[in-house]
Amino acid sequence: MINRDRIKAFLTLLPSMILIAVFVYGFIGNTFWLSLTDWGGVAALAENPVRNYAGLSNYKELFTGFLGGGFRQDLVNAVYYSVMLLLGAIGTGLIIAILLDNKPRGEAVFRTIFLYPMSLSFIVTGTIWRWMLAPQGGVNILPTYAGLEPLKFRWLSSTGAIFEFNWQNLLQIAFYILAAVLIIGGLMSIKQNPTRALRRFLLPGIAVGLAAWLFGDLLPKALFMEETHGFNLATLGIIMATIWQYSGYTMALYLAGFTGISQDLRDASMLDGATTAQYYRYIALPMLKPITISAVIILSHISLKMFDLIFAMTGPDNAETGHPALNMYLTTFRANDFAKGAAIAIILFLIAATFIIPYLISSYRQRRTR
Amino acid sequence: MKKTIVTTLIAMAATLLLVAGPAQSTGHLSGQLEIFSWWAGDEGPALQALIDLYKEANPNVEVVNATVTGGSGVNAKAVLKTRMLGGEPPDSFQVHAGQELIGTWVKADRMEDLTFLFKEEGWMDAFPEGLVKLIGTDTGIWSVPVNIHRSNVLWYVPANLDKWGIKPPMSWDDFFAVAPKIKEAGVVPLALAQNWTANHLWESVALASLGPDNWDALWTGALAFDSPEGVKAWELFGKVLEFTNEDASSLSWQQATDMVVDGRAAFNVMGDWAAGYMSTTKKLAPGEGFGWAPSPGTGGEFMFLADSFGLPKGAPNRDNVLAWLALLGSKEGSDAFNPLKGSISARTDSDLSKYNDYAKSASADFGKDRIVGSLAHGVTANEGFMNDFASVMEMFLKSGNAEAAGKAAQQIAVKNGIGK
Repeated sequence: MINRDRIKAFLTLLPSMILIAVFVYGFIGNTFWLSLTDWGGVAALAENPVRNYAGLSNYKELFTGFLGGGFRQDLVNAVYYSVMLLLGAIGTGLIIAILLDNKPRGEAVFRTIFLYPMSLSFIVTGTIWRWMLAPQGGVNILPTYAGLEPLKFRWLSSTGAIFEFNWQNLLQIAFYILAAVLIIGGLMSIKQNPTRALRRFLLPGIAVGLAAWLFGDLLPKALFMEETHGFNLATLGIIMATIWQYSGYTMALYLAGFTGISQDLRDASMLDGATTAQYYRYIALPMLKPITISAVIILSHISLKMFDLIFAMTGPDNAETGHPALNMYLTTFRANDFAKGAAIAIILFLIAATFIIPYLISSYRQRRTR
Repeated sequence: MKKTIVTTLIAMAATLLLVAGPAQSTGHLSGQLEIFSWWAGDEGPALQALIDLYKEANPNVEVVNATVTGGSGVNAKAVLKTRMLGGEPPDSFQVHAGQELIGTWVKADRMEDLTFLFKEEGWMDAFPEGLVKLIGTDTGIWSVPVNIHRSNVLWYVPANLDKWGIKPPMSWDDFFAVAPKIKEAGVVPLALAQNWTANHLWESVALASLGPDNWDALWTGALAFDSPEGVKAWELFGKVLEFTNEDASSLSWQQATDMVVDGRAAFNVMGDWAAGYMSTTKKLAPGEGFGWAPSPGTGGEFMFLADSFGLPKGAPNRDNVLAWLALLGSKEGSDAFNPLKGSISARTDSDLSKYNDYAKSASADFGKDRIVGSLAHGVTANEGFMNDFASVMEMFLKSGNAEAAGKAAQQIAVKNGIGK
């Protein structure tokens, strides 16, 4: 009997399995293969284009080539952009959720208002914010209503950058990051198991950091010339628009979580003398860890796929606010460099996978232990 | 009852046949014609005028107007590429004449040579010789130009210039002589907009710095971008940029034109679609409300760009396309289209009474000036180069390093098969 059920289940799932195998995994595989070829250049669009195997040369060109500078800046943008979006959207959403969880008057109305931006398409959001962030209008003239001087900041076209680093020192920076991760990990576990924390995390972390600092000059350079990349201030406008759109979403996630926590728990903690702040810090938030994790995953992969918002706000050729997804579209369909476009797509895919695969594995394990 | 229905149906079918029969004989062509373009919005009526003319001559052809919106074809080109790769070409598609077509589609062997059509229709004499050279290669002519736009035009408002006591500059040195004075008065000497308009300004400045012969040499690979002449063009461009507005990259080209119209800026270098914008949208009279001159240092040179239609190999309705292309190149067709589009005809014998004052002056220049191709609008370089050039421009806007920009431009020229 069980066997028969299994066959039925398999047959029902088969069509979607085949479709997904072909249209998702098949095409990922095809894109990966294309990224290893030299498809591009003048005869790229011939009826039977010539595609020669070219190894990893497209990837090498993107990361270390002279003309890949735009892509590298886009990649740096995407990283800063993801981090800022996560901090901004989760922070804002959490604060609003806590405020609404305390049932102010008109809670339902506020909930709708805050969630509303979610329902807009990115193109609409982008157009609205482009107008609001125009150099001589919108946000910049707000202070004049209070009798102050108008702001001069160019939200979408500023050329300033902060947190700059030299791409040549990429390896050294990677070691610094590794050292920082190890040291933080050590400090966090030092209370539970001091010797293990010291041996496994703190000492190696300090050693790696010191070595990178002392012998950094000996490391091979990632590039033959100096090339600085940083957090472009022009992306601030785009980050603001995205946070505006997505903080309502994280608010809804947290609010659902908060209402799921039994009132008894709260009452019990209050009886034990916990303040409201302590209740959220030590009871509610730890219980909502799965929600925080899914918010991080969803937002980070949205920020990696960001295309339409940037296209609507700053257009296709604005290096200051560039993003790998935009770069991929232009490289593929404007410059006819299909192989390099495929390589950018695969890089984006791999970055997204580093976020999503650990999440999938942990949720799979949880389900099996249950 | 059943019988009567059947007989009525037969009778109706017979009458239909009788009615349809004679109509078929007026135009010998039938079937479909799919025209792929990015002309929607303001340009829609101009395309419609052409389609109406076509339908009049060929009533049995069903014209499918496949428009994909988006300025200068950003989206249309991507859709077209996927269709061509999928082996499903439209009958005829809009493309910027010159290397944008040749570099992408001719090199890939996807277009039919139209030299026979040019000879049949007598276009070899109707179009200027310089133009035919720029839209063809040594193996053929690849598209029929529908319109001509001029890229190197300097726009201003005559009344404002009188107020400030200046004249339109003949050279960039003239411009540098008056620009500081205008700047002190709180007016931007030269209005600029987002990235592509910087490319647009660059080609006018580079043409002035290099001269037409060196400009042409740049695109045959005879002159390198990092040669002293090439670097000098970037240096001059850097100097010009000092007199532009700081918020350029947040503005659309219309907003930059608005700055000139409102008196917040003195000049603007833009293609002559700006004339259409100022006369139609801003309701200014050509010559009085707004004035124009060749961009500084390019008098006697006409930097052109053109929209054109070609015949892809494997087009499903080839005969219908040939009739369409013949109409596009005809005097009747181009004089129906261009006054509405705000451009001039590629033919030297067009009926000028149908055009406005600006177009009349542009037409006269087109007949006598030295014709060179535009980079920003796809005449002189293929799409790969144009895409990479946008990043070189971004690099230069940020760093201002002329030497590095020249080197980078030379690298992308080599990569895209222009330089050696």
